[in-house]
Amino acid sequence: MSGSVAADLLAQLAAIQVILPLLAAPVCVLTGRGGRAWAVALVVSWCAFLTAWGLLSQVLDQGVIRYELGGWAAPWGIEYRIDEINSFVLLIVSGVSSLALIFARTSVAREVPEEKRSLFYCAWMLCLTGLLGITITGDAFNVFVFLEISSLSTYVLVSLGSHRRALVSAFRYLVLGTVGATFILIGVGLLYAMTGTLNMVDLAERIPPVSQTRTVYAAFAFLAVGIGLKMALFPFHAWLPGAYAEAPSAVTAFIAGASTKVAVYVLLRFYFTVFGASFAFGELRFELFLMPLALICILIMSLIAVYQNDIKRTLAYSSLAQIGYMVLGISLVSVAGLTGGIVHLFNHALMKSALFMSLGCVFYRVGSISLASLEGLGRRMPWTLGAFVVGALSLVGVPMTVGFVSKWYLIFAAIDRGWWPLAVFVVLTSLIALAYVWRVVEVAYFRTAREGSAQAEAVEAPVLMLVPLWMLVAASVYFGLDTSLTVGVAERAAETLLGSGR
Amino acid sequence: MVHFNYWVVIVLIMTGLYVVMAQTNLVKKVLGLNIFQVAVFILYISVGKLAGGTAPILAAGFDRYANPLPHVLILTAIVVGVATTALALALVIRIDKAYGTIDEMEIEELDKEQE
Repeated sequence: MSGSVAADLLAQLAAIQVILPLLAAPVCVLTGRGGRAWAVALVVSWCAFLTAWGLLSQVLDQGVIRYELGGWAAPWGIEYRIDEINSFVLLIVSGVSSLALIFARTSVAREVPEEKRSLFYCAWMLCLTGLLGITITGDAFNVFVFLEISSLSTYVLVSLGSHRRALVSAFRYLVLGTVGATFILIGVGLLYAMTGTLNMVDLAERIPPVSQTRTVYAAFAFLAVGIGLKMALFPFHAWLPGAYAEAPSAVTAFIAGASTKVAVYVLLRFYFTVFGASFAFGELRFELFLMPLALICILIMSLIAVYQNDIKRTLAYSSLAQIGYMVLGISLVSVAGLTGGIVHLFNHALMKSALFMSLGCVFYRVGSISLASLEGLGRRMPWTLGAFVVGALSLVGVPMTVGFVSKWYLIFAAIDRGWWPLAVFVVLTSLIALAYVWRVVEVAYFRTAREGSAQAEAVEAPVLMLVPLWMLVAASVYFGLDTSLTVGVAERAAETLLGSGR
Repeated sequence: MVHFNYWVVIVLIMTGLYVVMAQTNLVKKVLGLNIFQVAVFILYISVGKLAGGTAPILAAGFDRYANPLPHVLILTAIVVGVATTALALALVIRIDKAYGTIDEMEIEELDKEQE
């Protein structure tokens, strides 16, 4: 009996993945108190993580999972379709959310007033629902719906930042985010007009006969701009630095690790699965659009990052540069390049969440995260700054960290195509990363705090904040040494993506 | 004018986007966003229309029906649009309380002064 219940449950994992956090959102509001809402959110997020783990292992064992919602057969009903790439992204998103939630308890208690905390966790759950939904669904219109669920809740989360600038940043994000989502909506609508279907697999079959029409070209372009806005690719990045810098620390750790990654996934899904690699890259040469943007993005954003006084902004600009690396990997259109891009998606989520969490710890104790407020903290908060240093080394791409693994694959992919300058470019821009993280290390370790300043009195951050931080740091070292899971899955995903286009 | 609807859509999309970009008043930006979204609603509804087709209700004497699916889809998008507008206006009210203005330029100056 219990065996069949477990089997039933396993068969429903795909639905549980999205429905659980969705149901948790109103429950968080009903609890009415911050502490209880946090407990609900934490438990549900970890359940979502376990579900994602279950889905990934099922996919690796048995191949693609297809789940018909409500028993309506595809292509009429909405179908959840899970293969290597999206089960991997599900794992990243739910994992980052779970760790950031542990961190959120203490951090949010300081940054968000009590009466708003249950609503805060409600918005968090909705955001998680949206991100997981975008990733899991096999229906193009459903992507738009979940995109808006996650975006609307993210605007709310960003606006809860402690400074009034958070409101303006949230508004700016809302305007650009809505324009982006509506562009995606136009693209999906035009594809529907040509093919009469919204199911991604069905679309992939029906686009080739009509691919030489202006409508499909227009859909292609609208989707490119819409998704570009959502993943903050240069020159559509204006919303990101403000949103990351002004949001509450826990929210930044969550969205920096999860939301732009999901947008990169949407890019992969639309251009490799729906349009197909041979049409998008073989015929329309989409990589000629992506690669220059990626290169400009990496170079300019890294340089801007060096000149920021607010460290959260430095890391936000660095996030933009890292998006550039992912897109660079994708634009190489080879198994090695895609593997590099997808692995970097995972690795960057680990290290950037860790870095933003350690800044959250500093903010918790010192109340500011400008460069000057870090003076002498290396000695006063050794665990927090220690984590920052490991994350920073990973960002630069030092061996034995995850950052090295992704850079290695990117360089390998560039050389594989015979593009030596590109490999050199990746190495040189990593040195710029060294420049902007070194400023922090220098101030924190080689300067002493002024007498009487907040940082001179600072003590180590609470354990509940250090635990998730160090779990991420440990993971970023572990996956830097043992790459069998990350690279293994990413390679299979890359092969599937390239294969589905032929 | 076979494609009259689509020309209207293009004009409205351009108008909406222009208002979003050119206006510094935040409420006007929200208005522009609304015009832009409504244009896309019209695009979807136009796609569902079939020349000579009637409402999709089975009845004797009719054999051409409009496609109801885009209408249903756009119902969802309208709900999303309403939610976005509500949230945007709520943010504008909070910005007004925090800064005493809803003009983007003035807000930027206030932020600079503070630094």
